[in-house]
Amino acid sequence: MMENKKTYTRRSFIQSSVLAGGGLMLSFSWFSEAKAVEKGLSFNLMGDWNQLNGYIQITTDNIVKIMCPNPEFGQNVMTSLPMIAAEELDVDWKDVKVEMASHDNVKFGNQFTGGSNSVRAYWKPLRNAGASARQMLIEAAAQTWNVPASEITTKVGILSHSSGKTAKYGEMAAKAASIAVPKEVKLKSPKDFSIIRNSRKNIEGVKIVTGKPLFGMDYSMEGMQIAMVQHPPAFGMKLKSFDASAALKMPGIKDVFSIKIFEEGSNRGAFETRTFNELIAIVGKSTWEVMNARKVLKVDWEIAPERKEFMMVRGNKVEEITPYGLESTDLHFEKMREWAKKPAKVLRRDGDPENAFNNAAVVIERTYNAPFLAHNCMEPINFFAHVEADKALFVGPLQAPNFADATLAARFGLPADKIEILMTRMGGGFGRRAYHHYMVEAGLISQRAKTPIKLIYSREDDMTYGIYRPMYTATYRAALDVNKNLIGFHVTGGGIPENPIHANRFPAGAVDNYLADGWEIPSNITIGAFRAPRSNFNAAAEQSFLDEVAEAMGKDPIQLRLDLLKKAKERPVGSNNDYDPGRYIGVLELLMEKSGWGKSENAGKKRGVAAYFCHASYAGHVVDMVLRDGLPYVERVISAVDCGVVVNPDAATNMVQGAVVDGIGQSFYGALTHKNGAAEQNNFHNYRMIRANEVPQKIEVHFVQNDIDPTGLGEPPFPPVFGAVANALFQTTGQRYYNQPFVSDQGQPKS
Amino acid sequence: MAKYSLKINGKTQQVDVDPLTPILWVLRDHLNLQGTKYGCGIAQCGACTIHLNGMAVRSCQLPVSSIGRQEITTIEGLSENGTHPVQEAWLEHDVAQCGYCQSGQIMTAVALLKNNPNPSDEDIEATISGNICRCGTYLRIKEAIKTAAKK
Repeated sequence: MMENKKTYTRRSFIQSSVLAGGGLMLSFSWFSEAKAVEKGLSFNLMGDWNQLNGYIQITTDNIVKIMCPNPEFGQNVMTSLPMIAAEELDVDWKDVKVEMASHDNVKFGNQFTGGSNSVRAYWKPLRNAGASARQMLIEAAAQTWNVPASEITTKVGILSHSSGKTAKYGEMAAKAASIAVPKEVKLKSPKDFSIIRNSRKNIEGVKIVTGKPLFGMDYSMEGMQIAMVQHPPAFGMKLKSFDASAALKMPGIKDVFSIKIFEEGSNRGAFETRTFNELIAIVGKSTWEVMNARKVLKVDWEIAPERKEFMMVRGNKVEEITPYGLESTDLHFEKMREWAKKPAKVLRRDGDPENAFNNAAVVIERTYNAPFLAHNCMEPINFFAHVEADKALFVGPLQAPNFADATLAARFGLPADKIEILMTRMGGGFGRRAYHHYMVEAGLISQRAKTPIKLIYSREDDMTYGIYRPMYTATYRAALDVNKNLIGFHVTGGGIPENPIHANRFPAGAVDNYLADGWEIPSNITIGAFRAPRSNFNAAAEQSFLDEVAEAMGKDPIQLRLDLLKKAKERPVGSNNDYDPGRYIGVLELLMEKSGWGKSENAGKKRGVAAYFCHASYAGHVVDMVLRDGLPYVERVISAVDCGVVVNPDAATNMVQGAVVDGIGQSFYGALTHKNGAAEQNNFHNYRMIRANEVPQKIEVHFVQNDIDPTGLGEPPFPPVFGAVANALFQTTGQRYYNQPFVSDQGQPKS
Repeated sequence: MAKYSLKINGKTQQVDVDPLTPILWVLRDHLNLQGTKYGCGIAQCGACTIHLNGMAVRSCQLPVSSIGRQEITTIEGLSENGTHPVQEAWLEHDVAQCGYCQSGQIMTAVALLKNNPNPSDEDIEATISGNICRCGTYLRIKEAIKTAAKK
C-alpha cells in the first residue's frame, strides 16, 4: 500500500520539539526543488524564496494543529494546505485545527500567495511533514509497547498493534517529540488518499457566514486611530502645497501631514511600485470624521517631472525612467498604433518566418486590444500599523509578506525581527495585494502620529491609485500555403508599459516558421500582476486568432489545435517550449467529450471554445451563448482543467466557476480609462462589474484525472474564458470581436 | 454630535455621533459590529446590507439620524454560530471564496425569503443583482437561496 520514497535532500530540514504541556511539535523547512514559479513571471523574486516551512502540533489531549503558512485570499489554502499534511499524518479531519501563521521568514519562509503557487509549492513539504510526524508517533508507540515499529499501524489518529494495544496520537505525542526525525518516510500512494480528493468544507466557513472580524478592515486595537490618505488626482501629478487648517478644526481630527512613501534616491525593491510618492495623511477618531475632514483639505497639485529610479535585478542595478505628462486613453491608442509600425525586439524565431510569409498563398492578420483593468477587490486597501522607536506591528491583508518585510525593515530602520506582521484573511487579492506601498504608508502615519492607526482607502482611492492590469495590444499573422497548411506564424505584442508576449508558449513549438517580437511604451500609470498576468490578454487574442485561422483552413477549431499539439508532441520545433502538449491535448479531449463537441444534438448551439496553458496547468472552456433582449449572454459553460491531483474538489470547482464568471465579466465590461492623467472610473457606478443576473445558468467543471503532483489552479482557468467568449460572440453575432471590453464601449479605440 | 438610542439585534445601544454618520460606520467604528462591510460607500455593491424592520437596506447611505425607533438587524443578529437556515444553506453549498461580500449577500437573501418564501429564479436574480461578488460565487449564492427556501 505504501511507496518507498526518498524524501529529503541535504537542503531540507525538519525539527521536532516538545510542546508546552508535553505534546509534539514538528517544524519544517524545505528548499523546494520544484519549479515554483512560471518562467518569465512579470515580477522579480529574490533569493531563496522557495524555502517552505510549516508546523504540525499534536497535544496530549489529541488536538492536531496545522499552521497554514500562506495568506488566504479566497483560494482556499487554509483548508487545502492542512488537508495535505492531515492525509499523510492519518488523522481524523474533524480533530484538525487550522491556524493562520504570522509572518516569520525564519519559520515559514516566503509565504507568497500568488502565481498559483501555494498548493504546488507546499505539496511535497506538507506530505513529508505529515508522514514524518506519523512515523515518529509509530516509533514512540513501538518503544512504549516494546514491539517492532513495523507491526504498528495507524488509522485516523489511532495507533494499533496486533496484540490489541491501541493509543491515540495524543498519548504518544510527548514521547514522539524525543524521537529522531526520520531520514526517509513512506508516502501514501494516491490510490490510498482519503482526505485529499475528498471535498472538505471551508475551515472558516462558519466565521464567514456569521460576520466574524476576519479581515484587515475589521482589525482594531485599543487607542487605534483611523487614517486616510489623499493622493494626487491624476497620474503624472504631485503635491505642491496644502492647507489643512479647516480640516484640523473638524470634529475628531487629530493630525494632518504629508508623508513620503519611499526615500528619494533609494533603490526600488521587489513589489515596491511607486505610483505617487507623496501623500497627505489625515488621522482622526473615526472613519466618517476622517472622510469629512479630507473633503475640506485645500491642496495644490502640480505636474511631476520625469522620474529616474534604480532597481536591483539579479544583482545588477537597472535604471528605470518614469515619463512626465498627463496621459489619456485616446493618446495611448494613437501611440500604440505608432509603435506597432516600428521594428520590435525579437523574442523568439524558429525557421525562416519571413520566407514563409513571402511565399504564403494567404496571410491572415488581426490586431487585438485590451484596456487597463482595476483589481477592485471587494475589501478596499487597508492596513493597521503601530510603529514605535524599537519595534513595529503591522496587521492586515497582503500577499507577499516576505517582500514587505524587507521594505519595512529598510524604511523604518528596524531589524526584521522587530517587525511583526500578522496576516488577516484578504477580501480578494488578484495580485493587487502583492504591492505593499500601503503598509509603508500606514507605518509612516503611525510613526508620525505616534499612535496605532488603521489606514483605510475609500473605494475611489482604491480604484484610482494605479497598479492596474496593463493596456495591451497584439498583432497576429498566419501564413497559409495553397493547400491551406499553416506554414508561418508571427505575433507582435505591445503594451503600456509592458509587453504581453510569452514567446515559448503554444503555438510556438508547433509551427516550423515562427516569430514572436514585442515593444513597450513607458508610462506613469503604474501596473501590477492581475490574475494570470499577461496570459489574461494573450489567451483572448491568440485563442480568437486561432479560431479565425481554423475557419480560413476549413478546420474545426478544436481539431486545428489538436493537430498542432500533436506536431508539438511528436516533432517539436525548438527545444524550450514551456508547455506539455500531451496535457494540453488531454484537456481538449475532455472538453470535447463533456461538451458533446460536434455532436448533432448541439448543432444549433452558438459555441465558442478556447484552451490555454499558464503557470503550470491547463484549462479550456466551451461557452454557449445566446442573445437575450438583443444582448449577448453566456448561458452555459463547460470547463476542463488539468491541474494534477485536485486536493479539495468542491473548493476547486468553486474557484474554476469563479474564474469563469470573472472572465466573462472582465471581457464583457472591464475597462479603466484615463483623461488628462486621471482615471475616468472611480467606483462601481461607472466601473461595471458582472452581477448575478449576468452569469451563466450552469458552469460544469471537469478535472483531468491523473496522479501528477498539483500544478496550481487560481489563475489557469481565467485566461481562456476571454478567448472562448470572443469565439462565441462570433458564432452568435456573425462579427469578430477584437477589442476588449466586448460589450461595453468604454475603453474602445477610436478609429 | 447628537445622542441616539438604537435597537440593534434586539439590544438597545447608545451612541453620540454626527447625525449624518452612515449607520455602517456607527456599527463598525462605534459599536464593534464588524460583520457589516464597507465596499463602495455609494450603495452600489451591497456589502453593507443590513435590515431595517426586516427590510434589506444599504447601511452606507443611511444616516444614523434617519433610523429613529426602527429595528436594525446585522449579520451578527442572525445567529451566534451560523444556525440560521440561510447561513446553513451557505455552509452546505460552501459558497464563499474570499468571503468579504457574503454577509451582505446573506442579509439580502434573508430579507428576500422573509417577504417571498418561494422565490422564482427571476426573483432571486433580480434581488441579489444588487450585491457584487468579485470572486464570482453567484451560482452558489443562487443555489444556497433555493436550498434555504426549502427549509
